[in-house]
Amino acid sequence: MSIAVTSAGVSATRAPVRVGELALGLSIAAFLLVFVAWPAVAVTYVAFTEKGTGAFTLINFQDFARTDLFVRSLWNSIYVGAATVAWASVIALPLAVLTTRFSFRGAIVIQTLGFVPLIMPPFVGAVAMQMLFGRNGTINLLLSDWFDVRIPFMEGLNGVIFVEALHYFPFILINVSASLRNIDRAMEEAAQNLGCSGFRLLRRIVLPLAAPGYMAGASLVFVKVFDDLATPLLLNVKDMLAPQAYLRITSIGIADPMGYVIAVVLVVMSVASMGLAALATRGVDYATVQRGGGGIARRSLRPAESFAAYLVVGFILLLVLAPHIGLLLLSFATVWSFSPLPDALTTAHYVRVFSESGVYIKNTILYASLAGLIDVVVGTAIAWLVLRTKLSFRHWLDWGATAALAFPGVVIGIGYLRAFYDVRLFGGAPLATLWIMIVLAVAVRRLPYALRASHAALLQISRSLEEAAENLGATRQRAVRRIVLPLMTGGILAGFVTSFATAAVELSATLLLVQSNSDAPLAYGVYVFMQSPAGRGAGAALGVVTVIIVCACALLAQFGIERSQNAKGALQ
Amino acid sequence: MRPGPQSDGRHQAAGVEISGVNLSYGANHVLKDVELNIEPGEFFAFLGPSGCGKTTLLRLIAGFNVADSGEVRIAGRDIGKLPPWKRDVGMVFQSYALWPHMSVRRNVAFGLEERRLPRAEIAARVAAVLDLVGLAAFAERKPSQLSGGQQQRVALARTIVTEPKVLLLDEPLSNLDAKMRVQVRGELHDLQRRLGITTIFVTHDQEEANAICDRIAVMSDGVIQQVGAPRDLYARPANLFVANFLGAANILPGIVTTRDGVSVFDIGGGAFLPIPEDAAIPQGASLVFRPQDACMAPAHQGEPGLDARILSHEFLGSIVRYRLRLGGADVLVDTPFHAGSEILSNGSTVAFSLMAKAGVWLEK
Repeated sequence: MSIAVTSAGVSATRAPVRVGELALGLSIAAFLLVFVAWPAVAVTYVAFTEKGTGAFTLINFQDFARTDLFVRSLWNSIYVGAATVAWASVIALPLAVLTTRFSFRGAIVIQTLGFVPLIMPPFVGAVAMQMLFGRNGTINLLLSDWFDVRIPFMEGLNGVIFVEALHYFPFILINVSASLRNIDRAMEEAAQNLGCSGFRLLRRIVLPLAAPGYMAGASLVFVKVFDDLATPLLLNVKDMLAPQAYLRITSIGIADPMGYVIAVVLVVMSVASMGLAALATRGVDYATVQRGGGGIARRSLRPAESFAAYLVVGFILLLVLAPHIGLLLLSFATVWSFSPLPDALTTAHYVRVFSESGVYIKNTILYASLAGLIDVVVGTAIAWLVLRTKLSFRHWLDWGATAALAFPGVVIGIGYLRAFYDVRLFGGAPLATLWIMIVLAVAVRRLPYALRASHAALLQISRSLEEAAENLGATRQRAVRRIVLPLMTGGILAGFVTSFATAAVELSATLLLVQSNSDAPLAYGVYVFMQSPAGRGAGAALGVVTVIIVCACALLAQFGIERSQNAKGALQ
Repeated sequence: MRPGPQSDGRHQAAGVEISGVNLSYGANHVLKDVELNIEPGEFFAFLGPSGCGKTTLLRLIAGFNVADSGEVRIAGRDIGKLPPWKRDVGMVFQSYALWPHMSVRRNVAFGLEERRLPRAEIAARVAAVLDLVGLAAFAERKPSQLSGGQQQRVALARTIVTEPKVLLLDEPLSNLDAKMRVQVRGELHDLQRRLGITTIFVTHDQEEANAICDRIAVMSDGVIQQVGAPRDLYARPANLFVANFLGAANILPGIVTTRDGVSVFDIGGGAFLPIPEDAAIPQGASLVFRPQDACMAPAHQGEPGLDARILSHEFLGSIVRYRLRLGGADVLVDTPFHAGSEILSNGSTVAFSLMAKAGVWLEK
């Protein structure tokens, strides 16, 4: 692969296609075609064809619309998604306003602890929430003792909404806080100058300017909830769309078209909600910080206000940490039933987990590392091709990788089963049953995020830094290796961490693909344990182990990112 | 045409009095004993380099900064304790701060809505002010769909439609390109004259301030150095900072001495400059004069003057700026350039003289 130094002077309009770029672009295109496009096509094909003959038909969708269970599931999913967005907003908006517009110490606690739910997938805490908030959980036992009332926090769909809202509100908090911080202080001062203040100022100027961030966060929450498979299943809610797709495939088989029809409906819904959010914020350029502009003005709280703020923040944080506290209690509990707290504490579950479940831990670290690696390599390559080359199909690579956003995890699982089940290996085993497919499914799901991280990192590196290297005699390849990659380290590492952490707890995509316990990752193990009352303690212990591993890796990577940033800072 | 009725007399121009104002950010003393009296209806400028405290002072009047001590009075009333939204002081922000989620019309109507005026009156006044700034056709656009100059006029309209007692302009021309800047400053001047509203204009560009303001306060390091009409500041600067900031100046240190029975100013190297009879020269002061207030002629023409040698010259279009060696000092001399003028070559000898009444002596 020789990259011509001589072409540096050739005018950009007729830059020759370089062999290396072309090879790189084509291999990524092949990867995306096989692992993103083909499974999607396979799912769509089955949904729209007659079973057996392969003729085009809409009969499967008519069946879907005629089956009460499916229609009810669709509405339930929409209801749960919308209600989760509403409750998540109730939690997130006051926190966002409080932490960005007022200076008080609690702000840092919130902004940090706000991330805690994201470390643990919602289903891990679902059973623990049952113990705390269920009909015979801690809170309701206390309430009925004291006031003779019970609140149905966890009854049916309520439980899913409650658990999901507590887990996904940070998406709204983070997006809205970022929007609020990006509002030019003059925007607010101009309104004050014209006679506006207090809540009117918040309502007329501040919140509308934060609306795009809110829409982005809200649509993300909706999609996540729509996509979640394990939480409803563990809470014994089956009449939602994602669980239906899963149950259909596992109980009736991969030849049954209804699973695929549901998959198509899931894709349409998630694309629609993202499209709606994009439409609502289209043409609204709210990036308002301008020259000389500062962030939004902060005000100190008076003592009484400060007290009230801490009260609200404390209450919300207690709620947010409830799944974690419950999980921890559950993991140390001997028996915990019909009592506010466990009867006694034990470490037996951890002993059991470490003696039996070492394979889960090993698998998770292997899978998540591989998935993270695939994501940063492919993501960085695509970002580089898009930003630095004139390859004709480079934008298709970007779109292809980003398209994975539209596929809920269970759809990717179904698609992989369908697409790779008939591909036989030498021994006759289907390709779909190989553990590497789990890695690939997870990697594809996280690729859009890794791509955006690399893209952002590369955008910040001026082209002239590379040109300077080329001017001094480095080939393009060497300029990339010696200048671009070292400068991108922080961004690439950040992409790896997010991919790793989320891959480690992914279940929607992998639940269908795990063929045996020996190939299963931690999340799968937690799910299996949690299904039986006898396994809850061990499941909780495994959940705690998962959270600790993910946290440790994230911290380690954060340390690495900071060090590489500092090294860069010293150079400049 | 003025936007809105004048019958109640509330919108009579108001004066601004600032007395004994001090402001610190931690150890950083930003405003030091500021005293100012701005007349009703005056177009007034705060002029100074960045970091001199001029924007801080403006924001203090608007209520976005709070003074540690001192008073700000508008029309005789102390407003120091009022929050920004109760001050009735209109401010046009440097970044314009147009709200991107509102149309031009909604932006302009905002202040009137906050004053709870009847809808019909709001509509009429918004229409009138948009007419006034020539943007009636753009009322339904979003700010992002306007050019920089149009955005600037929307920001101005949004402020003047509320008929504030005082209009504050924070570097309103800095986000415009050079041509627009000259055009818009003319428009600003006309508008201010028509409305008769007391206006304070913050700028770091002395040409802008000179062109449109009645009086200027030159600020440096949190201290008001001098207040006066543009031509007085230019011709009679109170100190070296003002002299330097308002344009190119020759600053020649020297000592007063007597030669042939006449007082002269010795700048060293055998060069003695005449001293006007009425001049009072403080000990250790420097002679300050503008480059265009000196004359030079080729030595062979026999004009009276001191011997000087041309070190270098810059051709600036309407003038040629020579750097001369005069005794022990370097001085700049501007000569007008006309079609057919000759430019003297470097190294040639000239006769240098200072115009009558041209110099002032300033302490450091």
